[in-house]
Amino acid sequence: MANGEFASAGADLELVGIQKRFPGFTAIEHLDLKIPAGSFFALLGPSGCGKTTTLRLVAGLEEPTAGRILIGGTDVTNQKSFQRPVNTVFQSYALFPHMTVLENVAFGLRRRRIDDPVAKAHEALRLVELDHLASRRPLQLSGGQQQRVALARAIVNRPALLLLDEPLGALDLKLRRQMQLELKTIQEEVGLTFLHVTHDQEEAMTMADTVAVMNKGRIEQMGAPEELYELPRTAFVANFLGQSNLFTGPVVGSTSEAISVDVAGQKVVVPAARAHRHTGEVTIGVRPEKLSLHLTEPVGDVGRNIMGPGRVIDVSFSGVSTQYLVEVPRIGTLIVFAQNMAFGPVAHEGSEVWMSWNIEHGFGLEDDASVEPRFEADDTTRSIATQKRSSLLTELEGA
Amino acid sequence: MAFAAFSTSTTTPEPAPRRKSPVALLLLLPGILYLVLFFLAPLVSLLLTSFQAPSEFGDVGQYSYAFRWENYVDVVAAYWPHIMRSFGYALAATVLALLFSYPLAYFIGVKARAWPLLQSLMLVLVIAPFFISFLLRTLAWKQLLSDESFVITSLKALSLMAPDAYFTGTPLAVIFGLTYNFIPFMTLPLYTTLERLDLRYLEAGSDLYAHPFEVFRKITIPLSMPGIVAGTLLTFIPAAGDYINASRDFLGGPDTQMIGNVIEANFLVLQNYPAAAALSIILMSVILVIVSIYVKRSGTEELL
Amino acid sequence: MKLSLGKWLLPLYALLALIFLMVPIVYTFVFSFNDSLKSNIVWRGFTFDKWLNVCQVQNGAVCAAFGNSILIAVVATVAATTLGTMIAIALVRYRFRFRSQTSLLLFLPMATPEVVLGAGLAAQFLSVGVPKDMTTIILAHTMFCISFVVVTVKARVAGLDPALEEAGRDLYGSATQVFARITFPLLLPGILAAALLSFALSFDDFIITNFNSGPVTTFPKYIYVSAARGIPAEANVIASAVFILALVIVVTTQVSSAARAKRLAKQG
Repeated sequence: MANGEFASAGADLELVGIQKRFPGFTAIEHLDLKIPAGSFFALLGPSGCGKTTTLRLVAGLEEPTAGRILIGGTDVTNQKSFQRPVNTVFQSYALFPHMTVLENVAFGLRRRRIDDPVAKAHEALRLVELDHLASRRPLQLSGGQQQRVALARAIVNRPALLLLDEPLGALDLKLRRQMQLELKTIQEEVGLTFLHVTHDQEEAMTMADTVAVMNKGRIEQMGAPEELYELPRTAFVANFLGQSNLFTGPVVGSTSEAISVDVAGQKVVVPAARAHRHTGEVTIGVRPEKLSLHLTEPVGDVGRNIMGPGRVIDVSFSGVSTQYLVEVPRIGTLIVFAQNMAFGPVAHEGSEVWMSWNIEHGFGLEDDASVEPRFEADDTTRSIATQKRSSLLTELEGA
Repeated sequence: MAFAAFSTSTTTPEPAPRRKSPVALLLLLPGILYLVLFFLAPLVSLLLTSFQAPSEFGDVGQYSYAFRWENYVDVVAAYWPHIMRSFGYALAATVLALLFSYPLAYFIGVKARAWPLLQSLMLVLVIAPFFISFLLRTLAWKQLLSDESFVITSLKALSLMAPDAYFTGTPLAVIFGLTYNFIPFMTLPLYTTLERLDLRYLEAGSDLYAHPFEVFRKITIPLSMPGIVAGTLLTFIPAAGDYINASRDFLGGPDTQMIGNVIEANFLVLQNYPAAAALSIILMSVILVIVSIYVKRSGTEELL
Repeated sequence: MKLSLGKWLLPLYALLALIFLMVPIVYTFVFSFNDSLKSNIVWRGFTFDKWLNVCQVQNGAVCAAFGNSILIAVVATVAATTLGTMIAIALVRYRFRFRSQTSLLLFLPMATPEVVLGAGLAAQFLSVGVPKDMTTIILAHTMFCISFVVVTVKARVAGLDPALEEAGRDLYGSATQVFARITFPLLLPGILAAALLSFALSFDDFIITNFNSGPVTTFPKYIYVSAARGIPAEANVIASAVFILALVIVVTTQVSSAARAKRLAKQG
């Protein structure tokens, strides 16, 4: 990255065999990742999964225990953060309190001796609509404004790769939606490569071209948001991205088209193309919004799975939809989301109901549901090394 | 300011809104009255004394009230070099103390954050010199740097010092003594500020292409300025008025007398109270000017 | 400069700096074992004599001076801590007029050079006609200690969570009870720290004492006066003993509070 020049376009990022060990625990076991240039990539996962560590490794704020990092084809593993063509929008913004907003934004430009830093800084501030506050101090701004300044400060340097560390966490819902759109627009306009780290799956799915779900230092699944959502590979992804109804049972029949699974006496069919395993004990699932609720036993249909009868044990109204919890004997509790097409719930607490869904909507996992609990454990990692304790805790908060 | 180092809580909870109550007066009055009586009144006394004239038919040491402002002229004329010397030595000692203490405070406050017990123990070592009498500390250096000492004889043997040169009794020795004695005063405020430094600012600076030295110059130093100012004030002010280091029985010589020595001599030996008082007022005025500049910029809330 | 060298430079500097700070202390301690005669400048031999017979030299002058210093420090500490704590509580918890003037008045004694404080008090005692003795010393010491007490306790009061006292009132405690059972115990570490600081300042004070002591000799004054003709090793003994005691107290408090913090963190 030569001094005084902007990157001509976004660069691609490649992580090869990355491992990061801290005294006392391993944050990242083995990570291989390739992010194409110009894309908006989201790294999604619960706190403690290693996503922030990954970000810091790319930024150069941490050194990997093993592995290589390549940006635009160049090996930057041994380069310090001030040598890399990477900028970060920090979760805490980290705006320099002793400088004005303008000086903050111009900081990187000045360090690289780029011409006319003031004009360029104003331009960046105009992009985030904060030019009128250029001479204020960061502490005089609201949280949302600080976040936009932090964004401007990073973007003004036209880095080949822009890293965003949960930047929208502190914003209220409306502002967050606004910023999500703005970020996406800026990214497409300027053509930079964005790597966005977040625990908010809705945010990741809205903004990113590609999403990678990370868990315990490994990437569990990577792909387009729809792909991850409709065809999760592991129980963790199925439960982390939205909610799932998962069933475990032996495969009792399989054809080239579909597999049949025995779920506590009821037969559930899953398309073979959507099932990762075709023999033995498998875990299959279906999304709650794909289920239809019936008050009487539905007529058999070769294209649909039917499950029931069950008893409604909870009805939760949430504006757009209503969530039903249905207890099916010997199977467990199912979640059903029904869009509120009419006033009032379809079924009341205590009603006997049946559920059905299109066979095409089911999916089969690669691993076992029994490995992952239904409601994922939300603890922060306990055994954190003392020397990284405080910094990691602040990074890993927010789940 | 400096003494937040002694507070034990790391987070300050949301302060309760201050109440208005007659209890406040009850709590304040005894202490404030005491200070008025034994701090303000003596200063006024000093001012009045500085204008006194020798009594008509009195002995040495007998004065009566007058408005003899010529006292000030006499005193400045007689002791001009001492006044300049005091501020010069104090300034030198302050700068040296800053250069010495900053890296030390940085290490304890920033680098050693992961080991709070180590931090505490190092701080104890920093203030440990306070536990040995100020006079004995200075005397120890006098012995250690006297002509016959191991240090000086070694330096001469290694040709690092001229054979007829000496250390004690020179301005350098006085400045050395002043610096040593005030290092804790400089280190503690620096430590307090550096301990609170949010390292994420340094990371942001590095992320934005600043070399480590640039990070230090453009981010660390400005953000540690409150500590630097506090330490500088806490060092310069007492150093200017010190007279132990410069005393001939300690590290000083015939040409290193500071304003404090002169005040002591005039007051206790010559019994020339007006002269001593005038010098004290001059010293105090310079200090008040410095303090008022500081207060004007930072307000009075931060003082304590 | 490669990373490995740079990483060790600062810790090495810190170590050397701390060693430098310790030099006079070690010197003083070592020479308290010197088998000296009149002056304690040349090393003549190792002996425990001075430690064992510390009060015999010069008809117990050293011990007398030490005793005076202790007495003065104790009285001044009690007075300054009481007055200062009251002020600190008022400053943090209450609104009142002339707040900035009060802060300034409290700050100035810390900013005033000791010569000025000493000369001023002496001038005032002179003009009022009060003879200089133990009382004047105690009055002087109390004065300059108050500000330091205020600063130390204020930091502690500010760090006190008001929710604790509110909880006390919520649980039917009267104002006195809340103060006695909740506020005061929580403030105690700060008050003790302030008392310790005040004691140290008073014990070690020379300049102000010199101006206001008259015939009374305190420990520092004794040293100053003996500096010309030779300080007996017994002075080193007392100074070393005080140092060790102070060090033990401070280290113990640090270690015990760190241990307590660790224990609480484990339980939580």
